[in-house]
Amino acid sequence: MDLGALFGNLNNFLDFTVGGLVFGAIYALIALGYTMVYGVLQLINFAHSEVFMYGTFAVAWTFILLHGTGDASWSLGRALPILLVALVAAMLMSAAIALLLERVAYRPLINKNAPKLIALISAIGASFALAEAMGLRDRFASWVHLDHKLANYVAPDKARDVYSNPVSIQPHGLFHLGGYEVTDVDVVVIVAALAMMFALDMFVRRTRFGRGIRAVAQDPESAALMGVNSTRVVQVTFLVGGLMAGAAATLYMMKIGSTRQNAGFILGVKAFTAAVMGGIGNLRGALLGGLLLGVMENWGSAVFGSEWKDVVAFVLLVLILLVRPSGLLGEALGKARA
Amino acid sequence: MSAATTERTPAVALNPLQRLGLWWDGVVDRYNALPKLSRLLLVILFVLFCYALPLLRPPIITTNAIDFGGVMFSVAAFALVALGLNIVIGYAGLLDLGYVGFYAVGAYTTGVLTTYHWHWPFFLALPLAIAVTMVTGVILGAPTLRVRGDYLAIVTLGFGEIIRICVNNVQWLGASAGIKDIPHPNTIGKKPVPPFDPGGMFAIPHLKWNGWVPSLDKVHETHFLVFGAVDAIPYYWLLLTAMILVLLGDRLVKASRVGRAWEATREDEDAAELMGVPTFKYKLMAFALGAAIGGLSGSFYASSQGGYISPDSFPLLLSMLFVAAVIVGGSGNRWGAMAGGTLVAYLPERFRAFADYRLLVFGLALTVLAVWRPEGLLPPRRTRRAKLVEAQIDELEGEGVVDE
Repeated sequence: MDLGALFGNLNNFLDFTVGGLVFGAIYALIALGYTMVYGVLQLINFAHSEVFMYGTFAVAWTFILLHGTGDASWSLGRALPILLVALVAAMLMSAAIALLLERVAYRPLINKNAPKLIALISAIGASFALAEAMGLRDRFASWVHLDHKLANYVAPDKARDVYSNPVSIQPHGLFHLGGYEVTDVDVVVIVAALAMMFALDMFVRRTRFGRGIRAVAQDPESAALMGVNSTRVVQVTFLVGGLMAGAAATLYMMKIGSTRQNAGFILGVKAFTAAVMGGIGNLRGALLGGLLLGVMENWGSAVFGSEWKDVVAFVLLVLILLVRPSGLLGEALGKARA
Repeated sequence: MSAATTERTPAVALNPLQRLGLWWDGVVDRYNALPKLSRLLLVILFVLFCYALPLLRPPIITTNAIDFGGVMFSVAAFALVALGLNIVIGYAGLLDLGYVGFYAVGAYTTGVLTTYHWHWPFFLALPLAIAVTMVTGVILGAPTLRVRGDYLAIVTLGFGEIIRICVNNVQWLGASAGIKDIPHPNTIGKKPVPPFDPGGMFAIPHLKWNGWVPSLDKVHETHFLVFGAVDAIPYYWLLLTAMILVLLGDRLVKASRVGRAWEATREDEDAAELMGVPTFKYKLMAFALGAAIGGLSGSFYASSQGGYISPDSFPLLLSMLFVAAVIVGGSGNRWGAMAGGTLVAYLPERFRAFADYRLLVFGLALTVLAVWRPEGLLPPRRTRRAKLVEAQIDELEGEGVVDE
């Protein structure tokens, strides 16, 4: 244990804090998907990590499509046009996967009013299948003899390896915080995440669909009696979760630059942890939980060594749940005021 | 969205799995109608068949691509784990997503006790491994069981991951290299002297099948009872014996006051507490018992054929598979849980021919199973009875009544 590594030097401290905030913002965006679905259906959408993972691939594919495969290192400004297209692509991709998931793995069970646990299993199965389908994309392409034409996209024989975005985005320092240089990428990730979060919050509080979501979250039966189409509400919930995961995927690829078919799993677990920490079903809780988890994890890895990062995250979760059994801000998608 | 609402079965459009379920229900009913002696006889026959299965090597179910004895061992290990997790999920209604942690604790306790640190014999280490796992269960359960429902799921998931990271980083536990050369259980009979003397008291030939015609296979024999690196079948027998003991214990506990307390807690925790059931105590007990069985299974795993464990043997995904086994099989029914464990361990091995596609097929199969038969393959008798009553009520109310 080395407290000095974290607190001995203000610059180090700021370094770890900002780094944590950046990752926390990505966790928070993914956590939204978990929290929305949980708020409405009281189900852990275990396959949400795959929704995110497909988004990261959409980003890399967009770059290959619009730029080609040549490795390049661009500044954020230069990459911005493609990045915006990639954002749209990733959001569409993730939303499509989320809707597919809802249709195939959830709706039949919801219609049957099946026990909650079985929906978890159905989602675990779907999560396996989706991740494997991505890892086997070269085989599928070769079935229709497209593997050579699409070689850059499906990576024949290497579909399971790390898949990198050809353009790596070179961060540029904007200003100094103590001794730490805050880069444009950091700022964009955090600001974008906050903006998405704000938009979603407005959506749930102010719009007609948002009211429907809150109604179903509070009491599905009464909502149905009042004329709310709960199937549609569930669909919208998955759609919104998917859109947010797509945005998170774009930010993730901006920061990290590579992905693979199992990249979603651990991030999904972390994001779900963040959602629970903040109070699952609570949108602001997801933000708070995500940022807190990101920062604490980084601090923890500074003090105990990076191999203990995940342990710090989970121990923190247990401690928080012991003190506040329903998360920091409580669970309350239904109770959000209009 | 209240939990535990049984589905109403429509009179038409049964999918194959539902038909299979109805057929199985019929089998169970017929079995229950038999006189006690015949039932006992059937059970004994079934148990003997289970012991003989890897020797019989029946066509179709035998995996020819890899050692069938080894597959049967991992199937039995999975079934045993499912049996333990069934106590936690099925009886007490606690969703534990970190069960692999207990499995790892059992395996590592055995590994540490029997290798370079202490060199204990396996059968001395086994009870201690079970005890250590049980204590771990209590230590984890005491603070976290106050948290309810899905929060418990994520906390246990975190626990599973913490265990894995700890063994990965602690040098004393072998770190990422793991522990190798874990001694096997003691051989009964003559010790084998490689390469010529296979040891053991006597040899049991396997069967080999030419199409549907069986013949004795004198080349591949299982030597009774040699625990070595070659033959996995003795390990399977050992595990099966342990499983039968656990099964008997499980029966006793389920039918006792403790079992009823679990059921009450699962159905309505507040009501149970009001009726004077100390729910926390019983939940902790379920957790500890479930953990102990996980540790037992892990201990066998550590000392099995390969004699090697590493942090990679205990990924978080394994926890998901354990939970899937219990729920797909029919949570709350010990036979269901074991059937689920068998399926989840066996299917990926059987479909090795699909090689790379097997996980994809497995994932799809899980989803299809869940969607087609949400109550699990073999749901507990109580669920079936409730469904029956509901169907009768529907009939009394008249056929034309539309759902909801």
